Amino acid sequence: MSLLELDSVSVFYGQTQALYDVSLVVEPGEIVCLLGGNASGKSTTMKTILGLTTPRTGEVRLAGERVSRLAPAGRIRRGLASVPEARRVFPEMSVEDNLLTGAFTRRSGVRAELASVYESFPRLAERRRQPAGTLSGGEQQMLAFGRALMSAPTLICMDEPTMGLAPIFVDRVLDLIAALNRDRGLAVLMVEQNAELALSIAHRGYVLNTGHIALSGPAAALIDNPAIRTAYLGA
Amino acid sequence: MLDTALAGLVNGSSYALLALGLSLIFGVANVINFAHASVFAVGAMSGWWFSVDLDWPLWTVLLGVVAVTGLLGLVINLVAVTPLAKAPPIAALLSTFAVSVVVDNGAQLVFGPETRRFPALLATDNLGLGGLRFGTLDVTILVVAIGLMLLLGWFLRATRYGRAIRAVAQDRDAAAQMGIPLARVQNLAFVVASVLGGVAGVLGGMYLNNISPTVGSTVGMSAFAAATLGGLGSLPGAVAGGLLLGVVEAFGVSWWGGNARTLITFAVLLLVLWVRPSGLFGKRTPLAAEPMTGTFFGAARTVRLKPWQVAVAAVAAYVVPAVALDDYTVQIGVQVVVYAILALSLTLVSGQAGQISLGQAAPLAIGAYTSALLTTATGMDFWLSLPVAGVVAAVLSVVLVSPSWRLRGHYVSIATLATGLLVAAAAVNFDWLTNGPSGVSAIPPPSLFGAEVSAPLAVYFLDLTILLVVLLLVVRLRRSTLGRIWSAVREDEVAARSSGIAAADYKSLAFGIGGFVAGIGGALFAQQYGYIDPSVFGISVSLLALTIVVLGGLNSPLGAVVGAIVLVGLPEALRMLEETRMLTYGLLLLAVVLFRPQGLMGKVAR
Repeated sequence: MSLLELDSVSVFYGQTQALYDVSLVVEPGEIVCLLGGNASGKSTTMKTILGLTTPRTGEVRLAGERVSRLAPAGRIRRGLASVPEARRVFPEMSVEDNLLTGAFTRRSGVRAELASVYESFPRLAERRRQPAGTLSGGEQQMLAFGRALMSAPTLICMDEPTMGLAPIFVDRVLDLIAALNRDRGLAVLMVEQNAELALSIAHRGYVLNTGHIALSGPAAALIDNPAIRTAYLGA
Repeated sequence: MLDTALAGLVNGSSYALLALGLSLIFGVANVINFAHASVFAVGAMSGWWFSVDLDWPLWTVLLGVVAVTGLLGLVINLVAVTPLAKAPPIAALLSTFAVSVVVDNGAQLVFGPETRRFPALLATDNLGLGGLRFGTLDVTILVVAIGLMLLLGWFLRATRYGRAIRAVAQDRDAAAQMGIPLARVQNLAFVVASVLGGVAGVLGGMYLNNISPTVGSTVGMSAFAAATLGGLGSLPGAVAGGLLLGVVEAFGVSWWGGNARTLITFAVLLLVLWVRPSGLFGKRTPLAAEPMTGTFFGAARTVRLKPWQVAVAAVAAYVVPAVALDDYTVQIGVQVVVYAILALSLTLVSGQAGQISLGQAAPLAIGAYTSALLTTATGMDFWLSLPVAGVVAAVLSVVLVSPSWRLRGHYVSIATLATGLLVAAAAVNFDWLTNGPSGVSAIPPPSLFGAEVSAPLAVYFLDLTILLVVLLLVVRLRRSTLGRIWSAVREDEVAARSSGIAAADYKSLAFGIGGFVAGIGGALFAQQYGYIDPSVFGISVSLLALTIVVLGGLNSPLGAVVGAIVLVGLPEALRMLEETRMLTYGLLLLAVVLFRPQGLMGKVAR
């Protein structure tokens, strides 16, 4: 059964339609990337998946269960987690409190999860008492990953995880995503501006254009698609 | 020395508890909760009721107050803050202000307005340490207050919902993505803050010994000052600000007497806003770009009357009272006209230039005192004192408020509130000039062509004529280039400044012209009564002026006149009692903000 399904989802902001019959699936253990230019509907798609907006028509399903009307907390309990755009760590809270906030929806197993995150990211353990705002961009991205892992998800939604990072961190973050996918069997849905980088680690991809799914397919096929190359890869 | 410092700390711990709640709410909901002061009053009054009428012991009194004020906090959030979450912050500022008026005056109706003694539950002078004398009461207040602060600190650091409150305060969107229920967390923050405020009410009541349903407004203003002093949104700042202000006030009172307390509080508050608006502990971030009124009222356009309709209305305003109304009704008309002038001054400041003023009683008072003192003490002619009153009010308005032009939004409103209260406090304290609390009497009526203008109808004609001139001035100004610049500053200050508009200068100009108009109104006010004292220019006058313009349509000159007729004329004609009148103003303001933000005379643009 698919981890996540969007089934002909349409979303409106007031009178304005932002998404038109968007359908997509994420299977267990997959890295899927969502590509598209400005105002193509990427962020709205993410919001709809997380439960921050409600679709007017269509359905959102997590592991086969309808969640279209469920608040974010309910979706997180069903295995969804989020790495927000621009990381958005809580700057004045300590690293550890940031991680614990990621486990807000859980009542048990929090300490064990914390230990496991510290094991994966020793850097965070070193800085556990430090305010998150004092970390470097790369460390903040690690913290955002760790915070998402605290709810023991099966699928993490990432909104532009490489945005605003120094070039040396970009590759490291992509390696990290690939490693999370490989070692923990996590499925990842990520929105990216940088199509080439995203497709280099993804299994499949979707291309959004003005609220419609314009293209979809295996990463390798997309990367060779001439339309993609002209539109997003600048070649 | 030490006695005074200790007394200051004990009193300051009440301020600190209140300021903590204000900062907590500001952090989570981005709202300055003007109703928080009323929570203090309800805490004090219900504490009094539990201990005196029901004879409960202290710990059950505290538990009862916790329950009452916690519930009150929840209601304040659900009624006045949550429904306005998508409106700009000014809407919630007005609605919580309205709730505070409703709660204070509702409590007066329930408990009666009189001041009562808080029972001496604990001894006040039974302990000593070195040369210092103090009582179980002082120790209890400090222990309870510090205990609560530690408890709050533990709650915010070590519990799931405590962390959630901090997360929401730092990044609402990210918190939502972690599955934190924003609405529930905001409710919780209001409950926690209000419980602290309620307990502060009991402690403060025991300490002050005397309480009344309006005790909140004085203590609450001190708490605003304390929270701003520490840095809004900073919890350690709130504690430090509260204790510091308590000590400063205690020394000030011991040197200059009890009347000086409010003067010190608002002087400190204004000074902080001028010199270090982010407070002692605050970061420099809270002043984000935030056009205050544009989006809230911008959707409304004012109803326009045709010239012949205006002419008919003006002629009727002269003729009808002359032929059909008795002296009593004409006197009501005089009041309506003076308040309409005051409201028109706000139409310029708050409607056209978009700077919400909670202290428009200040230029009214300054104008009234200037004219009254000049005509009584120096024998100056009223007609000369009238423009002088306007100019003095204009200059002082600008001088007092313009240092806060570096600030935005909430802070400007706090500064105007402080200005209003400071002027009233100054009128009480500067008795060498103002004759203090006893006021100025025997103000001579003006004369015109050798005849005294003192009959109600004559006064009415005089005031009405000035109103029409002011109305014409305001309408012309709105259509001028200056009016368009003010609109630009109101709608989007950043964009206006990018277009080369010196926003601060234009805001000062709005306050100056508004102050001039209000000062003229004040002069008329003084001549009309022949007697003024500081209590006439309290916060209720500022509130009434604001309610008039919000009801009429914040940016509608005609609305100001209609609002004055509805809010000043009707209650007078119906002979409503003072408490019910204030209660009605509060409810009306709340209803307008919630349900008809464009006011009676505004229509929504389609």
